[in-house]
Amino acid sequence: MDRKVIFKGRALPMLLLLPQLAVTLVFFIWPAAMAVWQSLLQEDAFGLSSTFVGLENFADVLADPAWRGAAANTAVFASSVAVLALGVALFLAVQADKAIRGQRFYRTMLIWPYAVAPAISAVLWLFLFHPSIGLIGRALNAAGVLWDYQLNGSQAMLLVVIASAWKQVSYNFIFFLAGLQSIPKSVLEAAAIDGARPLRRFWTVVFPLLSPTTFFLLVVNLVYAFFDTFGVIHALTKGGPGKATETLIYKVYVDGVDNLNLGSSAAQSVLLMVFVIALTVVQFRFVERRVHY
Amino acid sequence: MATLNLSAITKSFGATTVLHGIDLAVADGEMIVIVGASGCGKSTLLRIVAGLEAPTTGHVAIGGREVTRLEPADRDIAMVFQNYALYPHMTVAQNMAYGLKIRGTPKDEIARRVAETAGLLGIGPLLARKPRELSGGQRQRVAMGRAIIREPKLFLFDEPLSNLDAKLRVQMRGEIRRLQQRLGVTSLYVTHDQVEAMTLGDRLVVMHQGRAAQVASPMEVWSRPADTYVAGFIGSPAMNLLAGTLAEGGTAVQLKAGPLLRFTDGPRAGGDGRPLTIGVRPEHMLRDGEAIVTVALDLVEPLGSETVLHGMLSSGEVLTARLPGMVPAVGSAMPLAIPAEALHVFDAESGRRLDA
Repeated sequence: MDRKVIFKGRALPMLLLLPQLAVTLVFFIWPAAMAVWQSLLQEDAFGLSSTFVGLENFADVLADPAWRGAAANTAVFASSVAVLALGVALFLAVQADKAIRGQRFYRTMLIWPYAVAPAISAVLWLFLFHPSIGLIGRALNAAGVLWDYQLNGSQAMLLVVIASAWKQVSYNFIFFLAGLQSIPKSVLEAAAIDGARPLRRFWTVVFPLLSPTTFFLLVVNLVYAFFDTFGVIHALTKGGPGKATETLIYKVYVDGVDNLNLGSSAAQSVLLMVFVIALTVVQFRFVERRVHY
Repeated sequence: MATLNLSAITKSFGATTVLHGIDLAVADGEMIVIVGASGCGKSTLLRIVAGLEAPTTGHVAIGGREVTRLEPADRDIAMVFQNYALYPHMTVAQNMAYGLKIRGTPKDEIARRVAETAGLLGIGPLLARKPRELSGGQRQRVAMGRAIIREPKLFLFDEPLSNLDAKLRVQMRGEIRRLQQRLGVTSLYVTHDQVEAMTLGDRLVVMHQGRAAQVASPMEVWSRPADTYVAGFIGSPAMNLLAGTLAEGGTAVQLKAGPLLRFTDGPRAGGDGRPLTIGVRPEHMLRDGEAIVTVALDLVEPLGSETVLHGMLSSGEVLTARLPGMVPAVGSAMPLAIPAEALHVFDAESGRRLDA
């Protein structure tokens, strides 16, 4: 299907594009440009004047051990969230694909968490894992496990990873299920006749055929973990204890809003923006090449 | 190489029964073609033999071994699918080697057999390609290769040629038959195409509404169809089926369309007035003879060496005739003769063949 609508004048197409372009301009291009400009300035301690300092903010940020710590936290956090969310979603999708009865019910239930706001999902997990009021938190302590994510950094990280991954499982699940259902049944039957048991079939036929989906989701999940998990971290740990769960995006917020170090905060957000642009480019390049059929 | 025995196979999906008790004994090295219109249960039967479906009742035995409850992997069979079902992410060589690899065949042995099979099928230059880089005919060959390479006890073909164009189909049909005879592997071949059925099978199973209407050699099916369904299904153009009643003490039939035809092979039982269906193949109709019917022609199809005539009899029944040479154009009424020695006699109610 290649039907192009051709407009006669210029006015109508411009008008139709305008709302889209206006939204992008006001909510993305303008703030992004402001961030880039801000990242080149340095404010005095009282916020009364600012001086142009070139790339000094970037140099400071990259040399700052606190920023490097946040980057390391982010690497651990983002990769754990992506692996957990993808793994669980794939497992659930395979089960849902097999289910014959109640498939629609099962699917609907699994899609629900996606509709829950990050802060609410955080509160939900808090009710489960809080050491004194959480169901699981109290059970763990009663069983002799010293569980308190407000004191133990690793436990705090584990909790924000679980809460963040939980929200993303639904999204991944939908894509994996669609991917599984687009694999021709006869290919799986051919593999069965060729002697492959279900587990072997999965790893040698199903999983490779899902790889374009998996790669797409990996990028989406990384972007999610980098940018969209602010709410979860803010509600659960506020980056603590200490700086144990302070990710790059959370540090942008802390430095800009709490510490009012606008230049540094802007430089950090520009770095993140460059990262996500790079990720998107990689995705478009690779997905094209890795589709098998 | 093995025998295949099906006994009393039935299959129901919920309240719908698609197979009503199929029995079949296939000899070692025999090629059986299961033919029927769509929805007759032929593919379901094949999938039951493959183990992709479980029969509701009945048993499947391959080489004398009961396999009814076994997984497809444990049956030592190979199958060629209608859409080829090649693994899209593997090269041609990997596609063929997959089954061997799973069985733990040594690497050098796999390489040797892939090369040998590719040579046999003429796909050597394609080994490094992915299925999407192949034409329909090439994919078909790779699918065959994947089946052959494992040297299974049984080949199953599920309408393997129906996605190919007409010319390629004829060519591949010949190749499949030659290959099967050369390898001597017992085969089950499902098709809806009667030409494939006639040319490929040692024996045919003509299926109709979940039952085997006739199991016999192609020539037997053609010359002595077991019922009116088989009579109409095998042969092109289809056999003419005309209404009549038994007459003259069972020695003749009075056609509704007029003439009285005397049986040349002896009387039928049942007494005068018994309703019959008389079958005459279009190619057996004559221009001249004793029992003349007048056909109002409505379509004439000249095919060069012969002409196919379609028309209507005075009884309102349609009649098709295939005559040698050229024949007059549409619109004219034409007298044609029904030869008494070429009649097929069926009971009008049950549709079963009535022999003398």
